[in-house]
Amino acid sequence: MTTAQPQPRLSLRNISKRFPGVLANDRVCLNLYPGEIHAMLGENGAGKSTLMKMIYGVMKPDEGEIYWQGGAVDIAEPAQARALGIGMVFQHFALFETLTVTENIALSLPAQEARDLKALGRRIREVSERYGMALEPDRLVHSLSIGARQRVEIVRCLIQDIKLLILDEPTSVLTPQEVEGLFKTLNQLAAEGCSILFISHKLNEVRALCHNATILRGGRVTGECKPVEESAHSIARMMVGEDTPLSTTYEKREGGDDFLVVRDLSLKSLDPFGTRLKNINLRVRKGEIVGIAGVAGNGQDELLAALSGERLGENAGQICVPAGRIALLPPLQRRIQGLAFVPEERLGRGAVPDMSLAENGLLTAFGAGLVKKGLVNWGRTRDFAQSIVDDFKVKCSGIDASAKSLSGGNLQKFIIGREIRQKPSLLLAAHPTWGVDIGAAVAIHKALIELRDAGTAILIVSEDIDELFEISDRICAICHGELSPLKAVSDTNIGEVGRWMTGDFDVVQDAGPTQGESHV
Amino acid sequence: MFKVEKRPVESRLMGYLSPVLAAVLTLVSGALLFLLLGQSPLEGLYTFFVMPLSDLYGLSELGVKAAPILLCAMGLAVCYRAKVWNIGAEGQLLFGALIGSWAALQLLQVEGAWVLPLVLLAGALGGMFWGLIPALLRTHFNTNEILTTIMLNYIALNVLLYGVHGPLKDPDGYNFPESALFSESTLLPTLLDGTRVHIGVLFALLAVAVVWVLLSRTFIGFQIRVLGLDSRAAHYAGYNEKRLVIFVLMLCGGLAGLAGVLEVTGPIGQLVPQVSPGYGYAAIIVAFLGRLHPVGILLASLLMALVYMGGEMVQIELGLPQALTGLFQGMLLLYLLACDFLIHYRIRLGGRATASVAAPVSEGA
Repeated sequence: MTTAQPQPRLSLRNISKRFPGVLANDRVCLNLYPGEIHAMLGENGAGKSTLMKMIYGVMKPDEGEIYWQGGAVDIAEPAQARALGIGMVFQHFALFETLTVTENIALSLPAQEARDLKALGRRIREVSERYGMALEPDRLVHSLSIGARQRVEIVRCLIQDIKLLILDEPTSVLTPQEVEGLFKTLNQLAAEGCSILFISHKLNEVRALCHNATILRGGRVTGECKPVEESAHSIARMMVGEDTPLSTTYEKREGGDDFLVVRDLSLKSLDPFGTRLKNINLRVRKGEIVGIAGVAGNGQDELLAALSGERLGENAGQICVPAGRIALLPPLQRRIQGLAFVPEERLGRGAVPDMSLAENGLLTAFGAGLVKKGLVNWGRTRDFAQSIVDDFKVKCSGIDASAKSLSGGNLQKFIIGREIRQKPSLLLAAHPTWGVDIGAAVAIHKALIELRDAGTAILIVSEDIDELFEISDRICAICHGELSPLKAVSDTNIGEVGRWMTGDFDVVQDAGPTQGESHV
Repeated sequence: MFKVEKRPVESRLMGYLSPVLAAVLTLVSGALLFLLLGQSPLEGLYTFFVMPLSDLYGLSELGVKAAPILLCAMGLAVCYRAKVWNIGAEGQLLFGALIGSWAALQLLQVEGAWVLPLVLLAGALGGMFWGLIPALLRTHFNTNEILTTIMLNYIALNVLLYGVHGPLKDPDGYNFPESALFSESTLLPTLLDGTRVHIGVLFALLAVAVVWVLLSRTFIGFQIRVLGLDSRAAHYAGYNEKRLVIFVLMLCGGLAGLAGVLEVTGPIGQLVPQVSPGYGYAAIIVAFLGRLHPVGILLASLLMALVYMGGEMVQIELGLPQALTGLFQGMLLLYLLACDFLIHYRIRLGGRATASVAAPVSEGA
């Protein structure tokens, strides 16, 4: 291993995986060396996750071989992968909120190691200190921030003798400051010889962290590069191909009169581990986009539920639109007042998985002349869905395709199209481009900007700060159920919003229209 | 050991074939059953499934038996589409029969064309009321409708028994627990002379059409389907779940109540303790056997009616116990559930439950 030609730790040779109707991986080859941080880049549906799942033993390849430290292996299940020294941190954590950090980690260990929780706690502290990841072994997981939960997942991998760490979009849930900390840890791990596979679509991060990158498109390797030597733009080109437009800059707007006015909105969460909203004050003007940044779980869901009417307020004046006080109105009444809502979960809330696109168009657009005297006009309903599919370039086999057959990005285009087509006067959108590929994200951004220019008040909640800076006119952040000051995007910067995201709302000099003063 | 795992893709074809497969398996098991009972399997099956339909009267009886099952099953299908698990069609049927009978007994001396519609309406309203109870319990107290509807079945039966033993008992009936015979103007006209087939069959067919239109053409039917497929989407879109729950349970109650009053004003002609040989329960099987689709349910209700008649026929012809009816119903349901389960899941032999522990993990770090 110390020769000039080191042996790859992991070598994939012509891996193919077929799903009904799709070739998810097509003869993918990859070499990963000890101490290498390797990025897997690609749009949604490019086959990154499938490939990772095969390495981690969740799925089996149809064709091709996996070599581990020079020998062919057949990884049948995650336990076997772990035994080889492969660890994976998934995008969605698998932690029990009512257990402590130590107990959670013990659950994934073989019985003989898990028995002595005290010793395990010491080891957790040891490992977390060595890699600069602050972690209290006895804390209950529900009291941890998202960043800390991710550290639990990483420590869970490190506590065993790890040789390859796979991270699936690890930074999507972190504040900019937390991202820096994570990168330090990963660099240290790599310096000690651990190989890291880093899945992401944030190109600047990949350029800052990774030694090499493999780019997948449509299940095939379409490029390999050294990210430092490329620009974010040139990598993006490799990911999306030649003809997809990349992001553009949009003109910022001032907006007109206030449309949505939220006054002193405080609400307890119904979820015992949810976040309580504290004294939210917010104004959204006609013809502007207001962005709310923040790490997931800081009250975004509760705020959106209160605004959409899925959760009713305590007194009517908490939420007002020009037509009246709406905090006590159910969702249907608010829709009639011109509200439209793009929820975070596309499948299973924004769209009914087992219904066709035509039916999913009707789901919320019933007010747009699709229903007459209680009867559904299926002809018009189908035309409506077809026009969304055409205008928003939704890739699908037709409007009779079920919602669950669409990729996340295409379904999101459909849902946003459906809401925009109703010509709302207020649009709420949660994570509009989360997990959506670049091409679709650009299309969604353009649609939102057009809607703004037509005079709609738009409120966007997102974890992606770059996106918020790109499309918002004014921006604020939410932390522990409190809202930071709201500032015009041109008057602030990513660093300040990053601090707001951690609850540091200080240094408010200018007298903005809202006051959200608070302490750390 | 066995290991059950979800199939990656579910076969749509098998989804439709599953009821057919269940019926075939029931026949095969039925043949075995006859063999064990010391009968020729072929003769047994012939007696059970073919002989009842060998003449016009048999065919007309099929209609008589299928009508109440069909009415209940249509109502249940609407509930089940909304994932409201109403098990209470039996109770709703009995309560409809009770209220309808009460109305008919009030109108014993009255003549007129409006009398019968009034009696039928009373029965339907009775069933609706019985469906409204679990609906309100669910929407206001968050009770589980499976439990409340089952309990209400027994309550309805006992209220009916109280009726025939008490206030509704025929004063000239030698103390039998039966009501007086209904007057001519409260009895259903028959469709064919010499048979018992009555216009209730037409009501049942009308219900098929109405439910079909409801589910496929109306917005409330669409809301019902959304609620059943994805209640979070229904909530997000602003559909009123409480109203929908009340609607489906009252609709089912109304149809079941109508089935009940059609029984007492049709083939029976008075209120008796045994209004229903479990039609409301059989309708649950029928609704699922028919894949909750109006046409499927129509066919399934005919099959279920035949099972009832076959049970009687083997009792008469071969001297076998009538419990065979229940057995055949049970087998049908069991096989259907089994087939459905195997469409969604597959069973693997030799699970590796111990493998994950066996994998060695190097100590250190």
